[in-house]
Amino acid sequence: MMLPLLDTAHMLAGGLVLVSFMMLYQDRLSALINLLALHALVLSLAVAWQAWIQNAPELIITAATALGFKAIAIPVALQRMIKRLGIHREIEPVVGISATMLAGIGLVALALVVMLRTTASAAPLAREDIALALSVILLGMLIMVTRRNAVSQVAGFMSLENGLVLAATGAQGMPLVVEISVAFSILIAFIVIGIFLFRIRERFDTVEVQALDQFRGERR
Amino acid sequence: MIAALLALIGALLVLGLAAVAMRRSPLATKLVYGGALVLTLALFALAAVALASLGAGAREAALPLGLPWLGVHFRLDALAAFFLAVIDLAAAAASLYALGYGAHEPEPGRVLPFFPVFLAAMNLVVLAADAYGFLFSWELMSLASWALVLAQHREAENVAAGTLYLLMASFGTLALLLGFGFLAGPGGDYSFAAIAARRPEGWVGALVLALALLGAGSKAGLVPLHVWLPRAHPAAPSHVSALMSGAMTKVAVYAFIRIVFQLAGPPAWWWGLVVLALGGASTVLGVLHALMETDIKRLLAYSTIENIGLIFASLGLALAFRADAMGAAAALAMTAALFHAFNHMLFKSTLFFGAGAVLTATGTRALDRLGGLIHRMPSLAVPVLGACLAIAALPPFNGFASEWLTFQAILLSPDLPQWGLKLAVPATGTLLALGAALAAACFVRFYGLAFLGRPRSPEAAAAVETDRASLAAIWGLAVPCVLAGLFPGAVIDAIAPAVQASVDARMPVQTGLPWLTIIPVAASRSSYNGILIFLFITASALTVAAAVHRFASRAARRYRAWDCGFGDVGIAAQYSAASFAQPIRRAFGSTIFRATDVVEMPPPGATAPARIRQSRIDPVWDGLYAPLVGFVWLLADRLNFLQFLSIRRFMSFVFLALVFLLLVLAVWH
Repeated sequence: MMLPLLDTAHMLAGGLVLVSFMMLYQDRLSALINLLALHALVLSLAVAWQAWIQNAPELIITAATALGFKAIAIPVALQRMIKRLGIHREIEPVVGISATMLAGIGLVALALVVMLRTTASAAPLAREDIALALSVILLGMLIMVTRRNAVSQVAGFMSLENGLVLAATGAQGMPLVVEISVAFSILIAFIVIGIFLFRIRERFDTVEVQALDQFRGERR
Repeated sequence: MIAALLALIGALLVLGLAAVAMRRSPLATKLVYGGALVLTLALFALAAVALASLGAGAREAALPLGLPWLGVHFRLDALAAFFLAVIDLAAAAASLYALGYGAHEPEPGRVLPFFPVFLAAMNLVVLAADAYGFLFSWELMSLASWALVLAQHREAENVAAGTLYLLMASFGTLALLLGFGFLAGPGGDYSFAAIAARRPEGWVGALVLALALLGAGSKAGLVPLHVWLPRAHPAAPSHVSALMSGAMTKVAVYAFIRIVFQLAGPPAWWWGLVVLALGGASTVLGVLHALMETDIKRLLAYSTIENIGLIFASLGLALAFRADAMGAAAALAMTAALFHAFNHMLFKSTLFFGAGAVLTATGTRALDRLGGLIHRMPSLAVPVLGACLAIAALPPFNGFASEWLTFQAILLSPDLPQWGLKLAVPATGTLLALGAALAAACFVRFYGLAFLGRPRSPEAAAAVETDRASLAAIWGLAVPCVLAGLFPGAVIDAIAPAVQASVDARMPVQTGLPWLTIIPVAASRSSYNGILIFLFITASALTVAAAVHRFASRAARRYRAWDCGFGDVGIAAQYSAASFAQPIRRAFGSTIFRATDVVEMPPPGATAPARIRQSRIDPVWDGLYAPLVGFVWLLADRLNFLQFLSIRRFMSFVFLALVFLLLVLAVWH
């Protein structure tokens, strides 16, 4: 009875990692934002599943916020933003795609090794969920580090935050207050970054963060 | 009892807050110092009762403050009671003194709120029974005293002193933090009871000794961690200087005893050697600096380093004896250390009070602008003379009694089994003897230049007696200097429970002995009787004075006609601060301090005056701190580029750091 439930939870968490990998090699902005929406959708499914197997109805609210804000509102806003900025062209990763993918695989392996070794005494569902969540966080950071475009850095940041939510819900749920405050902080970060994007664009005619470095008189 | 103590300490903290509220009121000075006086007197009385009544027992309390579920634990045992008594006696005297002295404060709002907090923090350090409470109060004590050092912050020198003090204090706390971490081990129970039950062994104990020396030593002013002390202590208002020198260094001594003797497990024989060497070096370097110093408050601060050296040397002896299971000898050395800590609180506070009174009367701290104050301020000159005699370790004062005990302990060193100690202890003994002799010279110079002779400046000639509250505080600490010297047996017996608590042994009972003699080891070895010495010295001094008066002063003398007897040869012909120190400077200065004297003679016919330029270096500063500062600058220069990276590189650094830490975690398990 228990096993299929756990397997489904693992499948959803693993699906999140998979979508992270897809984001890692996606080099078109609009496709990247669509993937971000998919990422949030898988997250809300995973959280909803956790709500069911943990009998924690408050997690349904978490899932609903993830669905409403992260899967619909933010991606729509981002799509509209890049339309207004007129950037549908290709985005260039800093390192080659294959090297980035290899690094991502290495990170997932590292996350699994660390988590499975250090949490030997925790419940099996929680520890494997947390291992996968750590992978998602690390991959989100990798996306942020390897991209130069501010919009794709935002996408990486959002996927990182999804990993945090996954970790928190996997570990027997987190208080609703924390969840709401996290959601709001993400929203505010999103707004701030959005405003900055337009300001950068206004001033430099591009959203490449490299332009900022050139403005400061730095070499790359 | 401990609840009453904590309530009084809480009242001190509230007094600090109240001082903030009434900082505009003209009555604030009187109210705050008066309140502090009452509270610290009550604390002193409680501590004295506790020291007399606790014996081997202890009182414990826990408050639900601080870290959740842990709280703060307090414990009052005989050792804590002794140090509480020392601190609160000094604090009460300083409060009384400040009732008069505080009126001269230019900005009382910068002193009043911090003064009671400082007192409360010192008390809390001694009462704390877990690492959290200890470190919190320790840091509170450092910060409050730092704020007091900066009370006169408009002088650039004071700001520099404050910054240096803050740096050294943070460093010391860091060392103590690490020390407690090693003591508690991975278990993470930071209460002293749990740490003492763990009994760390091997290299952990040695490491804890090193960290305790760094942490407590930097607060006490142990060479080579003393550099901040002669700058920061004089920068504070005089009653705070007295507290910092008289009481706060004792808190550091307490911390060292608590950590090394009670928590760090059984000592190895060489621990004592390290502490002895540092104590000996502090004694000699401190007093040499004091001998050459021309600022009275800095002179007293350097002398504090010397006395701390003496105390640590005694502690080192106690450690060595304890490592070799010589309980009676360890008790003797520990008694000497605690006795001297008590004595130093008495006479150093008196001297700083005196320096403050001289400062308000004349407006200067320079020895070369004082002189003749014994005629202008007679009721100040007498207790200061007593304190000078006591700190110079002359019988029958208390300084002699405690140093005599130290030397009695040193004379027991041939019984030690290790050859290293057999050789090192007498060597340290000669250093201490040298230090004692130089200290006598130092205070002859201090007293002679400030109080004797003729005034070297118009301000000194116009000085008037200081106020009554200040004088009461000065007399109140100077009289116990004599009493403790006359009745050392009573003091030794009073501190015996504290000695018992720290080294699990005590000296033989002294009070029952005939003629108030003290016999530390055995009657056949040595004994000392303060009363007899006092009677002998008084009788012989009176006889000599009468004889001089009878045969020399009254006799008619003839002089040549035009040299006016020993007529007016000019004030500049007296000893100056530099000239009195010149022999010592010649003997030690050129080697240790690389002292140089350069005379610049103008060419014939030029109207420029001839000049003599003197310079000396602090070998510790130039040898240890200057390279360290240079290294930090170099590192800062090299790492400067990190300030100017692109956003993505910053993120990459954070990311790589995280991955690295995860890798470490993966490999570690």
